[in-house]
Amino acid sequence: MTTSPLPGTAVRRAKRRPAAPILFVLPALLLTVIVIAFPLGYTLYQSMTNWVITSPNPPKFIGLANYAELLRDQRAMQSLVRTLLITVCSVSLQMVLGVAMALVMNKHFFGRGLFRTLALFPVVATPVAISLIFVTMMNPQTGVLNHFLTSLGLSAQQWIYAEKSVLPALILVDTWQWTPFVMLIALAGLATLPSEPYEAAKIDGATAWQTFWGITLPMLMPSLFVALLFRAIDTLKLFDTIYAMTQGGPGTASETINLYLYTLSFNYFRMGYASSMVIALLVLVLGITLLLIRARKLAEDRS
Amino acid sequence: MTVTGVRSPAATAARRKTRPHPLMTHLLPLLISAFFIVPIVFVFYWMVSMSFQTQVEISASPPTFWSANPTTEWYSQLMRRMPFLQYTWNSMVVGVSATAIGLAIGLPAAYAIARWKLTSLSTLFLITRITPAISFLIPWYIIAKRLGLGDSLVIITLLHITITLPLIIWIMIGFFEALPTDLEQAATVDGCNAWQSFALIAVPLVKPGIVAAIILAFIQSWNNFLFAAVLGGPGSQTLPVTVYGMLSFEQANWGPLAAAATLVCLPVIVGTIFFQRQLVEGLTAGAMKG
Repeated sequence: MTTSPLPGTAVRRAKRRPAAPILFVLPALLLTVIVIAFPLGYTLYQSMTNWVITSPNPPKFIGLANYAELLRDQRAMQSLVRTLLITVCSVSLQMVLGVAMALVMNKHFFGRGLFRTLALFPVVATPVAISLIFVTMMNPQTGVLNHFLTSLGLSAQQWIYAEKSVLPALILVDTWQWTPFVMLIALAGLATLPSEPYEAAKIDGATAWQTFWGITLPMLMPSLFVALLFRAIDTLKLFDTIYAMTQGGPGTASETINLYLYTLSFNYFRMGYASSMVIALLVLVLGITLLLIRARKLAEDRS
Repeated sequence: MTVTGVRSPAATAARRKTRPHPLMTHLLPLLISAFFIVPIVFVFYWMVSMSFQTQVEISASPPTFWSANPTTEWYSQLMRRMPFLQYTWNSMVVGVSATAIGLAIGLPAAYAIARWKLTSLSTLFLITRITPAISFLIPWYIIAKRLGLGDSLVIITLLHITITLPLIIWIMIGFFEALPTDLEQAATVDGCNAWQSFALIAVPLVKPGIVAAIILAFIQSWNNFLFAAVLGGPGSQTLPVTVYGMLSFEQANWGPLAAAATLVCLPVIVGTIFFQRQLVEGLTAGAMKG
């Protein structure tokens, strides 16, 4: 805390700073510790044992061996690459489409209110339900998506049923569901923009394109960054959609870290090894979050 | 949320002078938005439409867009073949309890963070939001097994609080920060303690925020699949798990699947229509403070 300018303020602050804040926060803090922090500590310990639930032998402490195995595990590395690939592709698509959608929805036109409400539906709809509806739509024989493609003269796709098209198909579903979220944040950002720069740009005879790149986008950056951060965190953790649609298949073609982790824990019951992956995943998600926050600070300082 | 920028009279006049044809101001944005909205609406249309189609229509090629003789067979099958209402009730109980507990302990926490600027604590709750659920789910799976709570709504509710609590705290920090402190200071002078000025003055003023937080927290809990999928049993299954169970890879059980998907989405969609404004406020407030 900063030092107080006047001794009187310090006294008043000391008086106004009783045990209250602690009491206000304590229940939430306790619950978080019990439900999340404590299990995480336990996981950290487990990650240094060779515990397998189905094994008759008691778990042994093996130090960092699990982490060494993790680095050599081809399947883990491939799942990491897939996780990052899905995140980068999904989030960039959602950012571009979401901003475009917000720019249009920011205009005053007939039917805008209805459209905005409809756009909220994917954000609130149950991911598992939506994913399974997409599974039926992506059926190579009877699915409606291939019907559209072929009637447009394009070739039918295997969608989630082929190794090369499964990741794009999942990215498509994630983008369908979350683009409106980016739109929403961008719309809220657009509503707060001042009008003066636009008037100046108009007088200078700037084109719509120039106004967008020169004024709207730079001023919208703080909102867009928040949308980016939230989408990146959620896509790195993405589970429901992939599990419901492909369970990581065909083969392991859509297995992300989260999926591999699930298989290790609940199919192979290798709790010790899975725990080391949990810690690695947590470090990864935290690391990327901190990196993004850092990047925003740097960008802010430069401007 | 439809706040328009304040425009100077001169700019308004300039706009009026060069106002384009109504076809441009209405039709063009409408068409471009339709480009985004049609794919969104189509998936929901497809879900509902499929839930009323006969087996022959569902597996027909080319696909059926409009059922010639709609059937409610899949809905009645859901009710007959499984305790569907029980699972709906489970989802309801978990969602309501997790939201209520999240609110009861999250509201004071958010207030304290906003009033006493406890930035490091707010970061802690952000970490809770960032942590992949599976990382604390595995230990809880083991704990539940050991305690013999493998098939209980209590553990599932407890874990759902990890969804509702950070969300509520993050949304409410924004609303409490936006509140002017004058009223509470006056109350302090009048002899109110911190708890009283929180409960009697601040909370009533942030009611719109609380509504937003409740709706979003409940939706997030309602939609969650992973926790109940891992920890739920025959007695504690929630709706998303039931929907998932409709998909068997050997045979296309698509009619019941579409019916179950429609039923799980129905409450949140209806809620969205009714509480659209609060929902948008909550989503943006929660995100902006992140």
